[in-house]
Amino acid sequence: MTHASTTSTPIATDGFVLHDEDRAAIAHEREHYPQPQAASIEALKIVQKRHGWVPDAAIDAIARELGVAPASVEEVATFYSLIFRQPVGRHVILICDSSSCFLTDYEVLRDAFFAHLGIGFGQTTPDDRFTLLPVCCLGACDRGPALMIGDDTYGPVTPEEIPTLLEGYA
Amino acid sequence: MSRILQDRDERRPETHPLTFRLNDDGTPVMLDAYREQQGYASVERAFRDLTSKALIDELKTANLRGRGGGGFSAGLKWSLTMQGEGIPRGYIVCNADEMEPGTFKDRLLLEQQPHLLIEGMILAGFANNAYQGYIFMRGEYVDAARTVQRALEEARANGWLGRDVAGSGWDFDIVLHTGAGRYICGEETALINSLEGKRANPRAKPPFPGQSGAWGKPTVVNNVETLCNVPSVVLHGADWYQGLSQGKSGDGGTKLYGVSGKVKHPGLWELPMGTTGSELMERAGGMRDGHTLKTWLPGGGSTGFLLPEHLELALDFDTIGNAGSRLGTGLIAVVADDQSVVSLARNLEEFFSRESCGWCTPCRDGLPWSVKLLQALEAGEGERGDIDLLESLAVDLGPGRTFCAHAPGAAMPMASAIHYFRDEFERGVTRGQGKAHADPIPVGSV
Repeated sequence: MTHASTTSTPIATDGFVLHDEDRAAIAHEREHYPQPQAASIEALKIVQKRHGWVPDAAIDAIARELGVAPASVEEVATFYSLIFRQPVGRHVILICDSSSCFLTDYEVLRDAFFAHLGIGFGQTTPDDRFTLLPVCCLGACDRGPALMIGDDTYGPVTPEEIPTLLEGYA
Repeated sequence: MSRILQDRDERRPETHPLTFRLNDDGTPVMLDAYREQQGYASVERAFRDLTSKALIDELKTANLRGRGGGGFSAGLKWSLTMQGEGIPRGYIVCNADEMEPGTFKDRLLLEQQPHLLIEGMILAGFANNAYQGYIFMRGEYVDAARTVQRALEEARANGWLGRDVAGSGWDFDIVLHTGAGRYICGEETALINSLEGKRANPRAKPPFPGQSGAWGKPTVVNNVETLCNVPSVVLHGADWYQGLSQGKSGDGGTKLYGVSGKVKHPGLWELPMGTTGSELMERAGGMRDGHTLKTWLPGGGSTGFLLPEHLELALDFDTIGNAGSRLGTGLIAVVADDQSVVSLARNLEEFFSRESCGWCTPCRDGLPWSVKLLQALEAGEGERGDIDLLESLAVDLGPGRTFCAHAPGAAMPMASAIHYFRDEFERGVTRGQGKAHADPIPVGSV
């Protein structure tokens, strides 16, 4: 079977070039589905993993790579909450704001994060270290209030533990 | 990681089909250990003794009802796929997009016993004449994704997936698909759209996924826990499975129940279907010191509030349904006497408002409106008429007015909160009817 990653021409749009490894990873994902559009969410995640977020030009590059319309990549990129369409910090903190964490003092923890980092939800610290976002029930309700930093899940977390918790994320 | 709060002595193969293999330390049960404990024995039995029709009949008799919250008969769902065309052509999709507020059971199964899910999916594939399975897992379940991916590789390397599954002559493989957020992906037709790389808007039904689902092919979407129940039904039979509920419920089997909120020991237990809320509360050690129970949600954010007296009811689909709520996922969340029902209702509606996909007008416009009203009541700035307005919104968000169950799921906790705790809402009404809240508000402003 042939697919785009076997060609040697890099796909460039507006200065954005998909990394060879990412093109291979996208091509690999493409094989998992009967139609290429299905790989678009995974492709966005692959690009985001390398760049931290998904710039406009990357949407075009992914669309070309998959052979689908840029609009169909853009429409999913703007729909899913874990695809970032603007720059984020080196570590994204997702604080669970759903009912079980709410019942175990999520709002106290949230406000402590706001105070400690000096930012609110949707914002990034000036040193580009952390971005704060709320997230749907993390399925860690037995450990509420819960949160994720990058790929790591923590809970229950108290306001006092915040400074120590963040030390591990430079 | 989620925790099962029953030690190994209590979890026996004959009574705890979902959890008997789990390690006390929470490390995953991988292929060798799984095989030593009846792992994949149901697949061997199905290939040896059963036709797909016989397997589905067995499942119907077992009365295994959907554990994602819908409670629909798994056997009946399977019988709706178009079979008998000779060529395997459909899809088995596991809904591992666990995001229902208060629900943390599928995480346990995915992180600690991935082969049970794979085994269930192989049986589903065999029964529904499918050739490909997908596990649609929420993107935040990073550890679960690693473990499941490893288990898929083990299963493939040992002939349980891929070409000629276990010498049966039938090809079947499973792909792990991870999501990128949004609660609505858990709705089965929205999930199919998301799997296809589209926005997760639900689809109109009919056609049902069993007739035309992913890429227009017959598709079965089942929850993780539902699929994990199938191997024991196939291995031990429908009568055995029915007996697991010990007469506590007309439904068969066991249920992964859980408790969260301000209890002493929040966690998970595998218990007979129909176990009461009281027993769960006892196992959770009761409320934390200094707190008493005011109200509780029986199975997620989209279920209706119940009172302490309802803890005596059997936690099964029909009993909780008859009490005016829904069993949902069966993981209860408790509210303490010093916690505001108005604030919690506001929190729930903020959740549903944010997570609406925006396709249907009542949901897209009605949910932000309810948030605005609830915020005013919570702040003590409510107007006369606001509570009536919330009640009429709950009706307009109810069943039959939208394409999927998102809006009705949002309406249920709101309507029941007002029903049982109207006085708390009334305390937030401090103003005459100035109609400050009478108009819907612009999309995206909440």
